[in-house]
Amino acid sequence: MNKLENIAHLSELRQSVLSCKKAQIMAGETVIKVSMATCSLAAGAQGIWDTFQKAIDKGEILAGLAQTGCMGYCYAEPTVEITLPGCIPVIFGNLTKKKAGDILSEFIFSGQIPSTVIALNQTVDPCRKQIRIALRNCGVIDPENIEDYIAADGYRALAEAITMQTPDDVIELLIRSGLRGRGGGGFPTGMKWKITRQTVAVQKYVVCNADEGDPGAFMDRSILEGDPHSVLEAMAINGYCTGASEGLIYIRAEYPLAVERLRTAIEQARERGLLGENILNSGFSFDIHIRYGAGAFVCGEETALIHSMEGKRGEATVKPPFPSVEGYKGYPTNVNNVETYANIPAILLKGAEWFASVGTEISKGTKVFALAGKVKNVGLVEVPMGTTLREVIFDIGGGIKDGKKFKAVQTGGPSGGCLTEKHLDLPIDYGNLTAAGSMMGSGGMIVMDEDDCMVSVAQFYLDFTVEESCGKCAPCRIGNNRLHEMLEKITSGKGTMNDLDKLKNLAYVIKDTALCGLGQTSPNPVLSTLDNFYDEYIAHVQDRNCPAHQCPALTQYFINPDICTGCTLCSRACPANAIRGERKFPHVIDPTTCIRCGACLDKCKYGAVYAF
Amino acid sequence: MKLIIDRREVEIAEGTTILEAAKSMGIRIPTLCYMKLKDLDYINNPGACRICVVEVEGRRNLALACKTACTEGLVVHTHTPRVMNARRIVMELILSNHPFECLICSKNGYCELQNIAHDLGIREMRYKGEQSVFRIERSPSMARNMNKCIMCRRCETMCNNIQTVGALSAVNRGFQSVVSTAFEQDIGGSTCSYCGQCVSICPVNALSGRNNQDEVLAALTDPDKIVIA
Repeated sequence: MNKLENIAHLSELRQSVLSCKKAQIMAGETVIKVSMATCSLAAGAQGIWDTFQKAIDKGEILAGLAQTGCMGYCYAEPTVEITLPGCIPVIFGNLTKKKAGDILSEFIFSGQIPSTVIALNQTVDPCRKQIRIALRNCGVIDPENIEDYIAADGYRALAEAITMQTPDDVIELLIRSGLRGRGGGGFPTGMKWKITRQTVAVQKYVVCNADEGDPGAFMDRSILEGDPHSVLEAMAINGYCTGASEGLIYIRAEYPLAVERLRTAIEQARERGLLGENILNSGFSFDIHIRYGAGAFVCGEETALIHSMEGKRGEATVKPPFPSVEGYKGYPTNVNNVETYANIPAILLKGAEWFASVGTEISKGTKVFALAGKVKNVGLVEVPMGTTLREVIFDIGGGIKDGKKFKAVQTGGPSGGCLTEKHLDLPIDYGNLTAAGSMMGSGGMIVMDEDDCMVSVAQFYLDFTVEESCGKCAPCRIGNNRLHEMLEKITSGKGTMNDLDKLKNLAYVIKDTALCGLGQTSPNPVLSTLDNFYDEYIAHVQDRNCPAHQCPALTQYFINPDICTGCTLCSRACPANAIRGERKFPHVIDPTTCIRCGACLDKCKYGAVYAF
Repeated sequence: MKLIIDRREVEIAEGTTILEAAKSMGIRIPTLCYMKLKDLDYINNPGACRICVVEVEGRRNLALACKTACTEGLVVHTHTPRVMNARRIVMELILSNHPFECLICSKNGYCELQNIAHDLGIREMRYKGEQSVFRIERSPSMARNMNKCIMCRRCETMCNNIQTVGALSAVNRGFQSVVSTAFEQDIGGSTCSYCGQCVSICPVNALSGRNNQDEVLAALTDPDKIVIA
C-alpha cells in the first residue's frame, strides 16, 4: 500500500476507489455483501459466504463478494445484502446454505425473490424511524478494507482537521454539536476534550473505552467489528485536539473478532500513513495501541480502566482528580466510549448544526440501543434522541413476542431501572430516563413481558453487580450482597413487610455513599421495581404468591379435573414423578414431590394444568 | 478561603480537606480507613470505608470528608439525619461481616471499629447475612485472621508505599475481596520481611503479633533452665 503524503492523495484515492466500484457496476456485476460480525458468524454466515464464493469461482454468476459488519437485523441472521445492477439493494435474512442456493439460482438471474426467503427491507422495515450516524458504515463497508472506509469519506475529517483547523476550532465545534458521552455518564464530550487540552503536561493520552460489559448491550462490539476505522480516526482527532501523541484502546479480550479487526485496521492505517509519524505531512504524529481487559465489568469505569491498563488491580478511585487532569501513569488522559468516537468524524464532516438539529433540547444526536429480550425484532437500532420507548419497542422492535403483553423495559443494563407501560410515551433522553428512575447507560434495552417476575428481575441484576463489584468500598461490597440476600428471602417466600422497608433504606444509602458509578447505580433495579411494581413485592411477601409464577418456592401447579382427559402426557414429562392418575382419568399433582419446574404446564395440550 | 461547616463560617488554607477543616473547628467526623502518618507526612485515604461521609449542598451524593478538598463558599453539614442514617447503615454493614468475638479479641477496648460503632450508637444489626470465611494463618511472628478485615487497606499502603516490601495486596472481587499475599501464599512464603508495620496500624486485629507469653513463662519457671540475660 502506498503511503498517503498529503490531503490531495487522500481525495485521489477516494476518487479512484469510487470510480473502480462504479466501473464494476457498469460491467453488470452484482454486489453481494455478507454480514460477517460475531452475531452473523454464530448463526452460520461462513457457510453462506462459501456458497456464494463457490458460485463466483465456478463462473456461475458475475458478482463482487464482500464481507461487512452487522446490519442490525440480529433476529434474522445470517443476513446478506444483494444489489443487482441498476436496482436497489435487497436484504435477505434467516439464510441457510439451501436458501442461498435458491437466491443464486432465482434472484440473481431473474430478479425474482424466491418463495423460500424473506426480503427484510421489503416486508417489515425496522430501519423506519432510524437515523444512522454512529452505525453509518456498519453493514455498509468492508471493515477489513481501509479503502472502503476512505471511499465512504473516511479519514477526511481527520485530514481536514489536522491541515486546516486549529484544535480549539474542532473542540468548539464539538461543544456546539452538543455531543454527550455515550458510555453511560453523558458528560459533554467537547468539554472533556477542552479540559484535557487545557491541562499542561509533558505527555497526554487518548483512551477508547471498549470494555462493554452491560448484559444485553452489544453496540460497541458491532461498531468495532463493522467500522473500526471510524474509531481510530476519531481517536486521532482527539489526539490532535488534546495534544496527545498516543492512543490506547482498552478492549475486553472476550471480543476476539473486534480485536482482530482493530488490529487489521491499525496496521492498514499505519501503512497508509494515517497513523504514525507526521500524518499527511501535517507535523502531527499519533499512534494507537491495544490493551486487553481480562473481563471485569467495573473496568468500564474510567478510573478502574486506567488502573487496569497500568497493570494494577482494576478498582475505581475517588474523583476528582478526573482522568482529564490526572489519568494514565499520572498524565492527563481523555477517555471516551466507542460509540462517542464513532459519531465524531460524521459531526466534523457535516457540521455541529446538522448534529444538533437531531434530538432533543438537552440530548443531541442519536443513540444506539441494543434491543433484546421478549421483543420480536431483536437487534441494534439507532434512533434520534427524543424517540419514545413505544416507537422503539413496538414500531421498530415489532412488539412483544408470541402475542404476550408488555410489562416492563430495563434500560441502561444493571445500572438502570425498569420502566413500565406509563413510561412508554416518554421521549428517550438523558434527563427523562434519569427522572423516571432509570438511566441511558450504554444503551441496553431489555424488554419483559407478563411472564417475568419483577422481583426475580431485580435479583438477577443484583446477582450481576454482587459478582462484578471490585470490593473496594463497604456499601457496594457488603451492601449489594445484603440487598441480594433480602431479595432471595422474598422470592423464596420468607420475606416480611419489614424487609421491604429495610430494602428501600439500604438501597438509598448504597446509592448515596458508594464510591463509583457501579455502586451508585446498582440499587436502581431494586428501587425502580419497588416504585413501579410494589404490588408484586406485596404479593410475594403477604400473599406468598408470585403473580408471574416464576419463583418456584411461591408457585404451585394444579390439574383441573374437569378439563383433564387423562392423556398421561404430563405424567410422562414430569421429571420428579409427581403426577399420578390412571389413563383416561383426571390426573393429580402431588405437591410434596413436585419440584415446580412447570414441565406439565408446557406439555398439556388441553390447558388443564394451571399455576397458582 | 471561606466555607461554612455546620452553619459556622471558617477560613482555611487552600487544599485543606473537609475533614481537616472540621477538625480545626472542633467538629468530629468519624473515620475508619483514613490514617495520617504524621512523621512521614503520609495520608492513607482510599475512600473505602465511607464512614466519614458528609452532606455538601448542591451535590447529588454524600461526599467524603477525608478526600473532598474545600472550595470557596462550600456549605457542609456533618451531622444531618441523612448523614447519620448513612453512617449507621454503612457501619452495620461492616459489622455484619465481622466476627462478634470482641470479648476474647486482643484488640478489645482499643479497637477502632468498636469505638466508632459505640460512637454511632449501633445497638442492633438490621442487615445480617453471609459472613466471609478465610483461612486463618499463623506464622512464627504474626497471625492473619482476615475474617476480621474491614478492607481499610492501611496494611497494603504501609507494605507497598511506605516499607516498599510489596507483600500485601487486595485479591478477588466483590464480597470475596480481601487483602492477601500473592497467590494467597502463607505469609512465610511471600516477600514479607516481618517488619511488623502492618500489624501496628491494623485497626481491628485482622493482623496481629503472636503472643508467646506462656512459653516464655514456662521457660523462666523451668528449674532446669538458667536465665543468663
